[in-house]
Amino acid sequence: MKILVCISHVPDTTSKINFTDGDTKFDTQGVQFVINPNDEFGLTRAMWLKEKQGASIDVINVGNSSSESTLRKALAIGADKAIRINSEPLDGFFVAKQIAEYVKSNSYDLIIAGRESIDYNGAMVPGLVAGLLKMNYVTNCTKLEIDNGKAQIDREIDGGKETLSCSLPLIIGGQKGLVEESDLRIPNMRGIMQARQKPLEVIEAFDFSSNTNTIKFYKPEPKQAVKLVASDNLDELINLLHNEAKVL
Amino acid sequence: MPVLTYIESSNGKIKKNGFELASYSCELAKLLNTDVIALAINVEDVNELSNYGVKKIIKVNNESLNKFSASSFADIISKVANHTNSNHLVLSSSLDSKYLAPLLAAEINAAYVNNVIGLPTNLEPFTVKRTAFTNKAFSDSSVSSEKIIIGLSNNSFGLVENSVDSEIEELSIDIKNSDLTVDSSEKVSGQISIADADIVVSAGRGMKGPENWNLIEDLANTLGAATACSKPVSDMGWRPHSEHVGQTGKPVATNLYIAIGISGAIQHLAGINSSKIKVVINNDPEAPFFKAADYGVVGDAFDVVPRLNEKLKEFKAQNS
Repeated sequence: MKILVCISHVPDTTSKINFTDGDTKFDTQGVQFVINPNDEFGLTRAMWLKEKQGASIDVINVGNSSSESTLRKALAIGADKAIRINSEPLDGFFVAKQIAEYVKSNSYDLIIAGRESIDYNGAMVPGLVAGLLKMNYVTNCTKLEIDNGKAQIDREIDGGKETLSCSLPLIIGGQKGLVEESDLRIPNMRGIMQARQKPLEVIEAFDFSSNTNTIKFYKPEPKQAVKLVASDNLDELINLLHNEAKVL
Repeated sequence: MPVLTYIESSNGKIKKNGFELASYSCELAKLLNTDVIALAINVEDVNELSNYGVKKIIKVNNESLNKFSASSFADIISKVANHTNSNHLVLSSSLDSKYLAPLLAAEINAAYVNNVIGLPTNLEPFTVKRTAFTNKAFSDSSVSSEKIIIGLSNNSFGLVENSVDSEIEELSIDIKNSDLTVDSSEKVSGQISIADADIVVSAGRGMKGPENWNLIEDLANTLGAATACSKPVSDMGWRPHSEHVGQTGKPVATNLYIAIGISGAIQHLAGINSSKIKVVINNDPEAPFFKAADYGVVGDAFDVVPRLNEKLKEFKAQNS
């Protein structure tokens, strides 16, 4: 089985978000970049498939050279080969077109991405790739089993879950549940050493344009100070929620 | 070229977010000098949409659509968009709509912008305000393609009542076969989902253990609220993953979010930032959540929550 895991290179979840260049760009100064958490669950799931059923794992990222550290981490966790499509990831549409074009000439049985990246939250890359390549697609996946070329998938739905099945090839948007947080692999020294020898292929971007553009970023208005209510005066809290906030 | 909005349903009834979508789409249509057409799939009674300015409703009914299928629904919406010659499509931010949206975008060659929180601020180029970085920031995004799919954030626009006469057209559309099938579906019955709730009662490690969640559930019952939890609580298995709200869990955009015994880590706050009013109950006055909240009570949850519940019951009895 050939697996492709799509990796977004994103600011760590604890990052303070600031902007630069007249609020048109994310300020990367002092920011630690990581594998997008939703992708990391998928990468670990792919490792289990590799170890239990046998598979090769490629990881792919559309980005500039700064994302290579993140791809190396994926190799250290256990992926066999990394591909970086050399371009700024202009928007989700652009990234999806690049990945779809790559997949056309390198067929995969299973493509795993995250349900969304935690930076731009586009939630569209795996779906667009599936739409462009007419592949089976399931997102918000919380469970994935592959047996004899058939996949069984749990998908989170609003207020519950559903179980789906299909044949491969398949592309999924993964999230927590695919594996647990405690299952995530931390690269060990041997993995890190091996990763240095593994191929990291850089290919030039295909000629596509984006279809959106971020004109400006801004941060939320500073919040007004909290109104504290004494714990022996809960009537006042109800009064404020009813008459001032009008939410009761 | 009318605005087309896809109205979701559950068991043949329009979902609550459908009226917000209708309201938004009507206001968008006004800006674009056009009309709005609503698409309803397997909905019996669509008349309520005419209270929100929708003059034309297209009904597609087919038994094979009783189970949601992203590819079939995307296919139907693309065919209807073709039929109505629409360049602007409006979808909700439910999990189902976010699932089908990119498939639809690929099908009709549209740009998909989600997490949209308002009407366009500019029409040339078409520009909308969205949340980014999981609610830690906003962005103005312009769209360069002719066809645009807008994913409207839940609860970001509200309702605009406008009673009109609506025309109903019934369309029959061939359903695409897919080898991807839904084998089973479970919804927790009798409970309100976080996505549909007006009020969410959420609790963290301060509750000390899963055995104490009856306090949280009782309060949620009184308020007609959904229950949620912080990441450590779901990681420890005290509560199901589906209740975890935050950056890597579920986003919450509700009218009232009550956080009990949650300190307010940056990842948690990111997930709940879009909620309108936040109330925090915590015994640690230094908890970071107090900086992000509108109202706060410094106190022990085991003391405050049961008393608040009793007082809310009295309040509800008097105000219902």
